[in-house]
Amino acid sequence: MRIIHTDIIKREAKRLIYDCSFFVPPEIKEIYSMMLTEEDAPLARQSLSIILENGEIASREEIPLCQDCGSVIFFLEIGQDVHIEGSSLYDALNEAVACAYQKHYLRKSIVSDPLRRVNTGTNTPSFIHIDIVDGDKISLHVLLKGGGSENASALRMFRPTDSIDSIISFIEEVIVKAGPNPCPPIFLGIGIGGTADVAMVNSKKALLRPIDAPHCDPFYAELEERIKVTLNKTGVGPLGFGGKNTVAAVFIKEAPTHIASLPVALNLNCHSFRKGGIVI
Amino acid sequence: MEWIKIQTPIDDETISSLKKGDLCLISGRIITARDKAHERIEDFLKEGKALPFDLKGELIYYVGPTPPKEGMVIGSAGPTTSSRMDPFSEIMLSLGIKAMMGKGRRDETTKKLLVKYKAIYFATFGGAGAYLSKRIKSSRIIAFEDLGPEAVYELLVDDFPAVVAIDSKGDDIYEVKF
Repeated sequence: MRIIHTDIIKREAKRLIYDCSFFVPPEIKEIYSMMLTEEDAPLARQSLSIILENGEIASREEIPLCQDCGSVIFFLEIGQDVHIEGSSLYDALNEAVACAYQKHYLRKSIVSDPLRRVNTGTNTPSFIHIDIVDGDKISLHVLLKGGGSENASALRMFRPTDSIDSIISFIEEVIVKAGPNPCPPIFLGIGIGGTADVAMVNSKKALLRPIDAPHCDPFYAELEERIKVTLNKTGVGPLGFGGKNTVAAVFIKEAPTHIASLPVALNLNCHSFRKGGIVI
Repeated sequence: MEWIKIQTPIDDETISSLKKGDLCLISGRIITARDKAHERIEDFLKEGKALPFDLKGELIYYVGPTPPKEGMVIGSAGPTTSSRMDPFSEIMLSLGIKAMMGKGRRDETTKKLLVKYKAIYFATFGGAGAYLSKRIKSSRIIAFEDLGPEAVYELLVDDFPAVVAIDSKGDDIYEVKF
């Protein structure tokens, strides 16, 4: 058994939130620089240049990358040989959020009730997903998710006999309909299989994979590439002003499912892909 | 690409000369409002109360900025999704606004109203809040302070970049057949 104190989890959660609010990882900068060389349309080029410059200003002057500093979504994998000591794990994570959002002048965007809508003033509660795994470590991932891209989420329950082509058409339909709203070029998470709720969560978990790592199963790696190529032919383009780059990357997370079911869930992330992770 | 310099309040002649896809640099006073502020303006009108500000001739920017650090004018201040403000287009245009600015598509009703009221819809650069904040020279809350990031601010901007997304003829940059 290994003891991990919640103070450590809190400290790391704060650091992850800070890092992804102000700093664009080099591999993402590289993606936009590459896109800039591919685009001919003046507005597409302008948009990508501004996206790149935005990243420079944000890190240099410590101004948040986007005014929508997001909902905080945590994904934890806790090894079953870990004993967590200190305060409640949920409290520790929410304290990290409240502290980071106050300290770094991030916008507080959470309301306590979906219909009565009073801002909590702390950006808490965060949304926390926990899985128990083997081992004696904790992996902690965070996604800061803006409302514009989250609102473009979609779920369709396909027939098990529906073709892969029909799934790709559905994805294309969602991305074209969303158009400029989720701030493309997007990072697309796709959850396939499971139940409706599992597919939806997997569409977010899929986004946690390292950007340059292909799917470990060649069948899905190929499908991801096929979807990306299809979506980049839609012409939606950077910020929806038209162009060759609508999607920066596609990530699929599949799961076993019922003989009668084939859920497909989509979670779109804007060009400001704010995520981070650490193993404690 | 040619940039067109624009001064607010935008006169009718400028509005009718701007075409979808024109890239503009806006300078002058603009007013912010997003979901809650629009809802409250509607409530004021329903209750027959006078608004605490005059919207005649104004450009409304859909933004909820981050709080400014000490010594800064404003925090990150990029556009939010405009379509959420579609239900309020008639009210806002009838109050005299001449331009709206945000990101993303508008509904057919808004498009028709822009033609009717000879007004214009600008899209600015989504997810570029840090970059855009540098074009904002001053900021002060003029109403609804209790709404926090959704309060109504008066901003003075200098060369604030935006694209004409729907012009006063109703031509729409997003209406491309993909």
